[in-house]
Amino acid sequence: MLSIFQNLDISHYIYLSCVLFSIGLFGVLFRRNAIVLLMCIELMLNAVNLLLAAFTEYMGDPNANGQMFVFFIMVVAAAEAAVGLAIIVMVYRNTRKTDVSFLDSLKD
Amino acid sequence: MNSIALILGLPLIGFIINGVIGKQLPKIVSGLLGISTILIAFILTASKLSQFVSNESFSESLKLFTFLNVDNLVLEASFKFDRLSIWMTMIITGIGTLIHVYSMAYMWNDEGFHKFFSYLNFFVFNMLMLVLGSNFLMLFFGWEGVGLCSYLLIGFWYSRPEYGKAARKAFIMNRIGDLGLLLGMFLLIHQFGTLDYDGVIEGISQGKTSAGMLTAISMLLFVGAMGKSAQIPLYTWLPDAMAGPTPVSALIHAATMVTAGIYLIVRTQVLFEMAPFTSEFIFWIGLSTSILAALIGLKQNDIKKVLAYSTVSQLGFMFVALGCGAYTTAMFHLTTHAFFKALLFLGAGSVIHGVHHEQDIRLMGGLKSKMPITYITFLIGTLAITGFPFLSGFFSKDEILTHVFEHNKIGYGLMVFSALLTGIYMFRMFFVTFHGSYRNTHFSFDKVHESPMGMTLPLIVLAVLSLIGGALNLPEYLTHQSGILANWLKPILTIEETKHAISHSTEYILIGVAILVFVTALLFTRSKYVSNHHVPKDEESTGVQGYMENKFYVDELYNTIFVKPLEGLSDILGNFFESKVISPLSFGINSVLTKVGKLNRYIQDGNIEKYLLYMVIGVVILIGINLFI
Repeated sequence: MLSIFQNLDISHYIYLSCVLFSIGLFGVLFRRNAIVLLMCIELMLNAVNLLLAAFTEYMGDPNANGQMFVFFIMVVAAAEAAVGLAIIVMVYRNTRKTDVSFLDSLKD
Repeated sequence: MNSIALILGLPLIGFIINGVIGKQLPKIVSGLLGISTILIAFILTASKLSQFVSNESFSESLKLFTFLNVDNLVLEASFKFDRLSIWMTMIITGIGTLIHVYSMAYMWNDEGFHKFFSYLNFFVFNMLMLVLGSNFLMLFFGWEGVGLCSYLLIGFWYSRPEYGKAARKAFIMNRIGDLGLLLGMFLLIHQFGTLDYDGVIEGISQGKTSAGMLTAISMLLFVGAMGKSAQIPLYTWLPDAMAGPTPVSALIHAATMVTAGIYLIVRTQVLFEMAPFTSEFIFWIGLSTSILAALIGLKQNDIKKVLAYSTVSQLGFMFVALGCGAYTTAMFHLTTHAFFKALLFLGAGSVIHGVHHEQDIRLMGGLKSKMPITYITFLIGTLAITGFPFLSGFFSKDEILTHVFEHNKIGYGLMVFSALLTGIYMFRMFFVTFHGSYRNTHFSFDKVHESPMGMTLPLIVLAVLSLIGGALNLPEYLTHQSGILANWLKPILTIEETKHAISHSTEYILIGVAILVFVTALLFTRSKYVSNHHVPKDEESTGVQGYMENKFYVDELYNTIFVKPLEGLSDILGNFFESKVISPLSFGINSVLTKVGKLNRYIQDGNIEKYLLYMVIGVVILIGINLFI
């Protein structure tokens, strides 16, 4: 298995993460359910993670700095998801909705 | 503890205590506090005198803190006792104590009793700062402080709108003079890099500056003196200042504050010695002020107004002496004037008190039987100011006349005329008030009463001082040596005063002229107001007398030249510029901003998806800029 990934050209990783990122981005922009929104954000973060890991391997960095970054991002993403979900739960309790297009009371 | 700090600090403490909790204190405590702070300051000052007597160059200084330190300019809050400032301090605290005692009786029934004493103490503090400061900055602080107190006390009965107006007038006219003083100080800093009296004097003696610059500085300082000491053209505030309670008129507008201008010039006499043009200017300004004010005083019927014009006129005398370079003489007249003018004002206050707040002398008359102490003390004051032989005013005025005689013969003639006018207006007021028959129908003669002890006692003390005050500087022809004050001030007068170059016989003739003037004035007014029972009429006079009665229309002139155009300008600015230019402009800016704001509201409608879209667009633009530009 490992050898397959190692033999893949770097361009394939780039294409994949671009696609993942774009799916995440468009999901964030056009979906309305707050939970889906969070999932899409997660998708975008993971696209970046993938790219970081790929480039670390490609550059042959002995310290694997890029991969270290991936761990940090995962931790932050987990925290973010926890906070985000908590907010959504509270919003849902108050408004019985998770549709972000109705949540515009901040403008006042 | 340093005595300067105590002398300065006590009135300040009195001011703070009376000002903050005076209302809760019983009147007797509040009043005694006011009196005792000044009295202790007086005793402390008097105890310092001996050190000055034993040591000719004795001086004591106190440096509180550095006020400002920029580049090479160091301004310090420092004070100094020298022979001139201790002399002034003696006058201020001495007369101040008497007037405080008097005020306690005079103001007893006033609801602002504690306020009055706190202002009065604050005034004394500022006046002491003015005379004790060892540089122009401290003088300026005191100068402004006494101006403020003068404003507060003129408008003491602020519920009367015209009193408030008089207070504002005094304040504003003083500001004009203060501008001159301030500009003079700036020039001093520019020329000498210091405001210390010693530094400035040293700078002048080193010839650091040109004669023209010295003239400019001295002229500007004199403008300041003009405002404070009520000289032409800035004298019109002083008669109006009589709106204040009478003790205030006595302390501030006769004995102390208005003499600050004379003090300033004596303090900086080196400057004025080096600027002969300014001295000549001072001479003529003083002379014309003394004559003009005396002429107006002839026709006034308000007892305090007569005294106010008399004060303006006497200040003119002092400036004449300064113009001749006779600084000791000016200080001498300042001292005697402080005695007899405070006496006269307090006497007038006693009269006003006795006839139930009537100030019009036409409605008085025959008061001598009802108010014997006031009558006798007032008589002494009148005799002193008019130059009855061997009273205090006789010596000081005679000395001025002698100096003027040496300086300028025409000026001497005019001064004699002015002295004659002094005699006439003072005796006119005196006879109309105390002799003849009582004329007020609204307040019965039986109710007229002598003032209480608290008021008559200061009168008696001041009367004694007016009697013997001349002893402070007896002329040479009597004692064959120079007077006490002349010896006293000699160490601090940096320039030797010119000795009388005239012979004794000429001097005797001059004295003869002075006595003749006195007798003429006395006989003229006596025949008119006592023998013929003449009473000033109510109706308007015509011709020159009409001019005199209306104060030569100077107030009206100032109104037309300065006040009206200014009011017109503010009318234009208020009614046209404000409504037609400023308002549309600001409302226009306002409406444009509102519209822009409304447009912006459409972008920020609270929809999270749109915000996210904007963010993405922004990021794309940033990346685009990074990549392609």
